[in-house]
Amino acid sequence: MSVATRSVSRRKAPNWLPYLLISPTLIIVLVFTAWPTVQAIYMSFFRQYLNIAKFRTPTFIGLRNYKELFTSPDFLQVLKNTTIYVLGTVPASIVLAFLFALLVNRAVKGIGLARLGFFYPTILPMVSAATIWMFFFTPDYGLFNTFLETFGYHGPENWLGNPHLALLAVMIVAIWKNAGYLMIFYLAGLQNLPEDVFEAASLDGASWWTQLWKIAFPLLRRTTLFVSTIAIIDAFQVVDHIFVMTQGGPSGASTVLLYYLWQVRFEDLNVGLASALTVVLIIIMLSITVTNFVLSEREGA
Amino acid sequence: MISAKLRKRLTAVFLNLLTALLALGWASIIIWAIVVSFRPSSEPLGRGDVWFGHTLTFANYLKAWSLAPFGIYYRNTIIIVGMILIAQLITITLAGFAFAHQEFWGKKGIFFFILLQLMIPAAALLVPNFATIRKLGLFDTTLAVALPYFGSAFGTFLMRQAFLEVPRDLVDAGIMDGCSWWQLLWHIYLPPSVPTLVAFALSSITWHWNEFLWPLVVTLTNRSRPLTIGLVRFTQLGEIGARWPLLAAATITVIAPLFLLFLVFQRQFIRSFLHSGLK
Repeated sequence: MSVATRSVSRRKAPNWLPYLLISPTLIIVLVFTAWPTVQAIYMSFFRQYLNIAKFRTPTFIGLRNYKELFTSPDFLQVLKNTTIYVLGTVPASIVLAFLFALLVNRAVKGIGLARLGFFYPTILPMVSAATIWMFFFTPDYGLFNTFLETFGYHGPENWLGNPHLALLAVMIVAIWKNAGYLMIFYLAGLQNLPEDVFEAASLDGASWWTQLWKIAFPLLRRTTLFVSTIAIIDAFQVVDHIFVMTQGGPSGASTVLLYYLWQVRFEDLNVGLASALTVVLIIIMLSITVTNFVLSEREGA
Repeated sequence: MISAKLRKRLTAVFLNLLTALLALGWASIIIWAIVVSFRPSSEPLGRGDVWFGHTLTFANYLKAWSLAPFGIYYRNTIIIVGMILIAQLITITLAGFAFAHQEFWGKKGIFFFILLQLMIPAAALLVPNFATIRKLGLFDTTLAVALPYFGSAFGTFLMRQAFLEVPRDLVDAGIMDGCSWWQLLWHIYLPPSVPTLVAFALSSITWHWNEFLWPLVVTLTNRSRPLTIGLVRFTQLGEIGARWPLLAAATITVIAPLFLLFLVFQRQFIRSFLHSGLK
């Protein structure tokens, strides 16, 4: 191949240099990605409670952890919550991201400020954002209900303490946090679209709306695929706001998968069940990334 | 009939209004927090009275700092973010160089193996990684928070891409001049790749400054707790309750440095985050 390769391989001694160069990265991936994956699978076949003396040492119990998991009403509730959470936050953030991108992709004075307004949540720690949102959800004088009242809403006041609204509340925060981040990908996509596409459409008298949905959105299909993947993975791995706002409650109403995993391991101290949950989460994550990979290959990425 | 020109005008006005309203709504979170953090805590918030008080005061910040050791949290966050950044810049440069410039047995397989880190996010591996940290005797240290991130598949991938763009002639010329591998890396590969390193660095700093769940699990005392954990503990202090000015001040304390950095280098940040998604 290259001169470099030849000059290096001319030496008879085996070339250990590249292995040395990649070894730090390789070791980290081995120790903190590959090994824990194997360990989680292994430990998921054992019973181990750290808070019960006689179950402190792991005992092999086969698939019992999985059986317990899939018959436990708690877990089924968590699966349901997680599904609602993902199916709710992902499309909502994507639609908003696309709308924001269209709005700020216009040459208007002060548009930079609007872009800043949409994007800044990306760089805030989720726990800080959630702390401020707690105030917005405060009953009586919180800004969220005040805002809703201007639209005629007079429903329940206490969002975070209401089993029907707590999950929705944490979803709203996630959507608020993510939309601006996803926006920048659409913005980049829009700016890469050939301008004459829009010009030709305008000459044909196509309305702004038509231009949008019939021309821009289909052309940005690859961006949408990509943005969906990021959004879905994010929905599974960010639960920080739940720690601040609801602690998964009331009575499990806002508990999603990763939060539940944390509870099982660090509150119930049930290592075996937590390992089985880890395996479930790994399988979900892997299927998302692999699906994205296959789809984007097909799209000719 | 409305003329086409007028219609276009009206559409533009409508879109401007919509943009302004949405952006203000989105920004109201941070604007409220900043405003209220300067409101005297002697003036409790009430219905229709949740913004400015009668005077501006800095007392909430002083009070927040006296109630929790934010100085120590700051130190820990800076140590963690700094350790990760330095380690990552070194490991991704070296690995990226190996994958871009050198041929060796198992190259493709190892590269794919490293990409595993992108397919299984660290958050999912919380439980077994916690066990590893305990076994290594690192529990409740800043190193425990930082160590799993010392290698980055994504950074390696980015650097490899950047290095592959360096013109072949330049590299060959360097080889002709008898450059050693590190001279090649330092003088030929690295200079044009600095923007990629900067982009990676900004998203790495942001990500780790903001991280919560992993530090929650591997820290126990103030000797290792970062700002995010400190803030959540602060909000749960008994004496805080619903004293929003105090909470707002604490929140702004945690956000401030990164937020100011972001305001100054907005463009670079957005570029960095665009990069960070391009997996």
